[in-house]
Amino acid sequence: MLLRIMKNNLLFSIGIIVCALWILIAIVTVLVPSITPYSYLAQDLANRFQAPSSAHWFGTDSIGRDVFSRALVGSRISLIAGLITIALASLMGMIYGGIAGYIGGLTDEIMMRVSEMVMAFPGIILAMTIAAALGPSLHNTLLAMVIIWWPNYARVMRSMVIANKENEYVEAAKSLGASHFRIFFNEIMPNSLGPVLVLATLDFGNAILLFSGLSFLGLGSPPPTPEWGAMVADGVLNFNYWWIGTFPGLAILTMSVGTNFIGDSLRDFLDPRLRKEI
Amino acid sequence: MGLLKYTARRLVFLAFLVIGVSLVVFVISHSVPSDPVLANLSQRNIDNQEMVDSFKAKWGLDKPMYTQYFIYVGNLVKGDMGTSIRTQRPVMDDLKKYFPATIELAIFSIIIAVFFGMLFGIISAIKRNSAIDQIIRGISVVGVSVPSFWLGLMFLLLFYVNLGIAPGPGRISPYLAPPAAVTNLYVIDALLAGDWSLAVDALQHLLLPGLVLGSFTMGLITRTTRSSLLEVMSLDFIRTARAKGLTEKMIIMRHALGNALIPVVTVIGIGFGNLLGGMVLVETIFAWPGIGQYAYKAAGNLDFPAIIGVSILISINYVVINLIVDLLYGILDPRVRYN
Repeated sequence: MLLRIMKNNLLFSIGIIVCALWILIAIVTVLVPSITPYSYLAQDLANRFQAPSSAHWFGTDSIGRDVFSRALVGSRISLIAGLITIALASLMGMIYGGIAGYIGGLTDEIMMRVSEMVMAFPGIILAMTIAAALGPSLHNTLLAMVIIWWPNYARVMRSMVIANKENEYVEAAKSLGASHFRIFFNEIMPNSLGPVLVLATLDFGNAILLFSGLSFLGLGSPPPTPEWGAMVADGVLNFNYWWIGTFPGLAILTMSVGTNFIGDSLRDFLDPRLRKEI
Repeated sequence: MGLLKYTARRLVFLAFLVIGVSLVVFVISHSVPSDPVLANLSQRNIDNQEMVDSFKAKWGLDKPMYTQYFIYVGNLVKGDMGTSIRTQRPVMDDLKKYFPATIELAIFSIIIAVFFGMLFGIISAIKRNSAIDQIIRGISVVGVSVPSFWLGLMFLLLFYVNLGIAPGPGRISPYLAPPAAVTNLYVIDALLAGDWSLAVDALQHLLLPGLVLGSFTMGLITRTTRSSLLEVMSLDFIRTARAKGLTEKMIIMRHALGNALIPVVTVIGIGFGNLLGGMVLVETIFAWPGIGQYAYKAAGNLDFPAIIGVSILISINYVVINLIVDLLYGILDPRVRYN
């Protein structure tokens, strides 16, 4: 299926290639740290604010660190942040929405109102507040992101469960005397997963974007961890040296464009009304 | 009747929302060790036992947490959101001061986003699968993927620093005085005062942050307009219109566009909600004195009265915008029934 879509869709192919490249860079820089031209932590005060050159492809920052090396190493944090946020948020949303949809009635009503409240809450402000209250760290920022992210999944899961619980195979399982637990986890859940997984793919780029935004605001790992958002913030502080902020931002852009190209094409492909177009 | 009842029900939810949102921040604020007396009163007032006592009595600080919360809600109903720890001013006054800047920017960027988004979407749908379609789809994906804080930095570096064709950060040029406050939307106030050059200056300052803020919504609208229009174009009544011999332009403008608008309106609603959230980053980059920067500084200082205030304000906006969107459905599609 993958190759079939790739053959006919330029944007999708670009997305796959870009994302594969970033994943590769993340893995290789973890396994072989010496592959980057400089250590991402190495300071060289004699060579601070160097413009891009053959020695430093992306220039150096305010304490003489190599921006290129830091941009490469930064990929792992963004990827992990996106992955953890989406994985935890979708798991939490699936369980929450699944329970609401399965029980139905007043419980459903109350549970969904609560999730709507979280959705109406200005996400980035809630995340900022949580991160500021708990102290800025990668762990707390991810926690904040999961807290604001799960309701999307709860909504999708709930509507799938409501649609699926009327099916005959659920009826059959019931008449065979299956417990609620069994019906929920063995019959309904597996049949409701599809759309949630699609949403998770579509969301990956958004999660990376939000993470870099929070990291830009200084709510990620404390320095000197090479986070792309924080590196752009460094570029804002050192406004006269354009390369400090430009290249890490391009890294964020390529990664999120890549995931969005994939997600976009995937959605077109999975939406039967649009499928004939591809 | 259905419509009125529906609106009333949604407004009741709004009241619950305000309570819920304030409760969440309230609980967070009380699980963090900090002394609101120390934070709220100046040193001179802290030495003054009478002041401390009256402050404690006003916010019920010697009572248990749930009583404090009820007192907060009681004050909230009277329009008193407490005093910002950071600015030492009533939160309500701060919100009134900073919100118009945000609204002005939000409205400007939603106009840009809707105009270009729909234009690109229509072109893209008409020229489906052509090179221009691929380019527009590419632009729209970049629009939703680009980190706004970075795009802001790039725009400032390019248009302000290097080319010198755009003004720097802020709402108006530093040597100008703001217009007499009527709406606090500078462009409108300047026009009301008959000061054309000031209005133009304010508009120019809106341009870069407006584009940056609107890029995400524009991408979203382009994408939705395109797919919605394509879907409508495959329906039977379009075939009928074609069979009647109408021109392609007539078919799209008269028959297809109106029907394709419903999903687009939803997205505009979502986009506007996103805009208010995205404000924090864009306002930080462009030194825009709005609610986003206020919220950012409040969060950094754990200024909980201000955080609750901003959160309530933005959530109310979110719900009201969603309500307007839902009501618009009824106008766009007479078949919609509210229940």
